[in-house]
Amino acid sequence: MTDRLTAPQVLEHFTARFGSGVTAARVQERREGAKKNPNYNLWMDLDRPLLKDAIKDLMVMGPVHLAVVSGTDMGETVRLIYSFSLYYGVRHGEYTVNFAVSLPKSDLSIPTISDLVPGAVFTEREKQEMLGITVTGIPDGRGLFLPDDFPKGVYPWRKDATGIPDSMVKNLWEVRRPKGRPAPVVATAEGKGECAISEKEIVEPPEATPKTKQPPAGGEKEGADRPAARPSEVKEVPVPPAPEKKGEVKKE
Amino acid sequence: MTAEKAKTVPYTVPIGPIHPALKEPVMFTFTMEGEVVKDVDFAPGQTHRGVEWMGMRRNPVQIVHLCDRICGICGLVHSLAFARAVEQVAEIEVPPRADYIRTIMGELERIQSHLLWAGVAAHELGFDTLLYLAWRVREQAMDLIEMICGNRVNYAMIQVGGVRRDITPEQVPKIRELLSTYKGLQEKLLQVFLRDASITLRCRDHGILTPQQARDLCVVGPTARASGIPMDVRVDYPYAAYGDLEIEPILPDRLTGEIRGDVYDRIVVRLLEIPQSIDIIEQCLAAMPEGNIIWEPKLAKLLLTLKKAKGEAVGRHEAPRGEVLHYVRMDAKESPTTWKVKASSYSNLMSWIPMLKGEQIADIPIIVASIDPCLSCTDRVAIVRWEGRQILTKEDLHRLSVEKTRRLQA
Repeated sequence: MTDRLTAPQVLEHFTARFGSGVTAARVQERREGAKKNPNYNLWMDLDRPLLKDAIKDLMVMGPVHLAVVSGTDMGETVRLIYSFSLYYGVRHGEYTVNFAVSLPKSDLSIPTISDLVPGAVFTEREKQEMLGITVTGIPDGRGLFLPDDFPKGVYPWRKDATGIPDSMVKNLWEVRRPKGRPAPVVATAEGKGECAISEKEIVEPPEATPKTKQPPAGGEKEGADRPAARPSEVKEVPVPPAPEKKGEVKKE
Repeated sequence: MTAEKAKTVPYTVPIGPIHPALKEPVMFTFTMEGEVVKDVDFAPGQTHRGVEWMGMRRNPVQIVHLCDRICGICGLVHSLAFARAVEQVAEIEVPPRADYIRTIMGELERIQSHLLWAGVAAHELGFDTLLYLAWRVREQAMDLIEMICGNRVNYAMIQVGGVRRDITPEQVPKIRELLSTYKGLQEKLLQVFLRDASITLRCRDHGILTPQQARDLCVVGPTARASGIPMDVRVDYPYAAYGDLEIEPILPDRLTGEIRGDVYDRIVVRLLEIPQSIDIIEQCLAAMPEGNIIWEPKLAKLLLTLKKAKGEAVGRHEAPRGEVLHYVRMDAKESPTTWKVKASSYSNLMSWIPMLKGEQIADIPIIVASIDPCLSCTDRVAIVRWEGRQILTKEDLHRLSVEKTRRLQA
C-alpha cells in the first residue's frame, strides 16, 4: 500500500509481465466536477490462460474488490470482462481495473476465480445461465436469476440461435382488450362513472391464458396479423347505452 | 422410527418467496437445529424482469428512463451510473453544474433511503412506533424531492450528458430549510435508535460479518463499512461533484470507538451517513457553478451522437446501499451491444450466509434486513405463480390492472 503505483504503472506491470499475452491495454482518464480531478479506468485484454495469474498479481498490489463479471456475445467468441477496483480506501486513489478474456464458441469454458475471490461465485453463476459458458470448478453451479422451468439451451444474453427466440417475446402493446368483459366505465353528466353491460357483448368466454410453461409459438404471429394495435383497441371499446343494472355491476 | 427421526432433526424451514421479513421476494431455506440456524441457502430471481435484455433493444435515452425504474427506492443511482458509462463511451463532457445537481439529488436520495431503512429495521425488531416516526420524518425528504423533480420516485432527473431539470434559486432556501430540520433531528434519531436498551440487546453482536468475510465476499457500501472496510466510491474515485468535496468514509468507530461488524454497527453507519449527506448538499449548494445543465438539450442530436459512439466503459456510483456499476459496450448502433447492471445488493446478498449462521430464528428478520437488501435492483422477469401451476403472463397482469383501475373508477 505504501508504494502505490500510478495507473500507467499498473498497466506497465501487466504488459511487462505477460508480454504478448496482453493483446490490448489502455488507460482511460475521466475528469468530472468543477475541479476536474481525474479518475482512471484500466482496460486489458488477456489471453484466457493468463486470467488467474493476472488476478493474483493484482491482489498483491493492494486491496482489490471484484465488482462484477460482464459478458458480450461477439459472434465468434464470448467476451468476459472482469471488473475490479484497486486501492479502495485511498482518497481519490482508486482505479477500476477491467480484465477482458475471449472464449471461442467451440470451447466456452473458463476456470472459476472463486478460489481467489470467494464472492465471485454469485456473478459466475449468473454468467453460466445468461451466456451459456462453463465455469470449471465452480463450487455452486446452480442457476441464479432465471426460473427453474426456463427452457434449457436458451441463454438470454446470446445474440446467436441460442438467444431468446422471437416466440418467447411478448410485447405489451400488442395486448388486446380481452373479450367477454363488461364494457368500460363512461363518465356521465352528473360526473359519476357508470358501467354499462349488455348480454350481447359477452360473446365468448375469455381467451384461455397460456397455461403451458412456454408462451405459445403463435404469439408473434398474432401480433403480425394486427399491425395497427391501437386503432383496433379503440374500435373494440363501444360507447355503451345507459345501463339499467347499475347497482349490480358496481359490486363486481 | 429412524426415518422419522431423520425427518425431524435438523429441521428445514423454507421462508419465502414472499415473507414477513422483507417486502420483496427472495426464497430462503434454513436448516435449523432447535432455534439455531445451522445453514442457510437463498434463491434470488423470483421477480427477474430481464431489464438488461430489454435495454439491449432500446436506445440509450430510452434506457435512462428504464434505469429509473430498476429500483423503487433509488430512482437516481442506476440512471446516473448508466449515463456516466455512456458519456465515457461517447466522450461527452458533462457541464459542472449538472455534476453538482446530480450529487445533490444523489444525497437527497441517500437521506430518504437511509430513513426508510431505519423504519424498516425498527419494524423488523417489532418496534412499530419507531417505524412510523422514521417514515414521518422521511416524508419531508420525499416532498423536497418532489418539489425539485416533480416526482416522489422515478425522478427522471438524469439524461445522458447532464440533468433534465435545474435547481432554481427559489428552491435553494427550501432545501436549506429541510437540511436544518434534519440536523435538529439527528440527535433524536441517534437517541431513539442507539441508546435504546431493547434495540441494543437485539442488535449488538448479532449478524456479525468479519472484515475478512466482507473482503472475501466483495461486500459494498454501508454493510462493508460497518465491518471496518473503508470503502466508499464517493471518496475513493472522484466522479460527479464528489471529487471536489471534503468527505471521508463513515466507519462505526466514529461513534462507538470500536468496530464489531454486527447489526448495531450497520445502524450506526447509516444513521451517521445522514448528516454526512446533509454536509455534502451544503457544500454543493455553496460551490454550485453556473452554466448549462446538459451537454445537448436536443434529443435528436444527442441520439445521433450516441448512434456513432463506439467503445466500452464502466459507470460507477455509490448508491445508498453501496457501489453500483454499469458496464456498457456500444458498437455504433442504435442500442448498446451489452449493458450489465450491477446493483449494490448484487454484491451484498452473499454476506447473509456468514451473518445468519449460528443465529436465533427470531433474529432472522433484522439480520436479513440489516444489509438493506434491494431485490428489485438485483432481480431484473416477472413470472407470478397463481393457484399452483398457472403462470400469470404479462398480458394477464396488464388485464388485471386495467380491470382494477376500471373498478376503482366505477
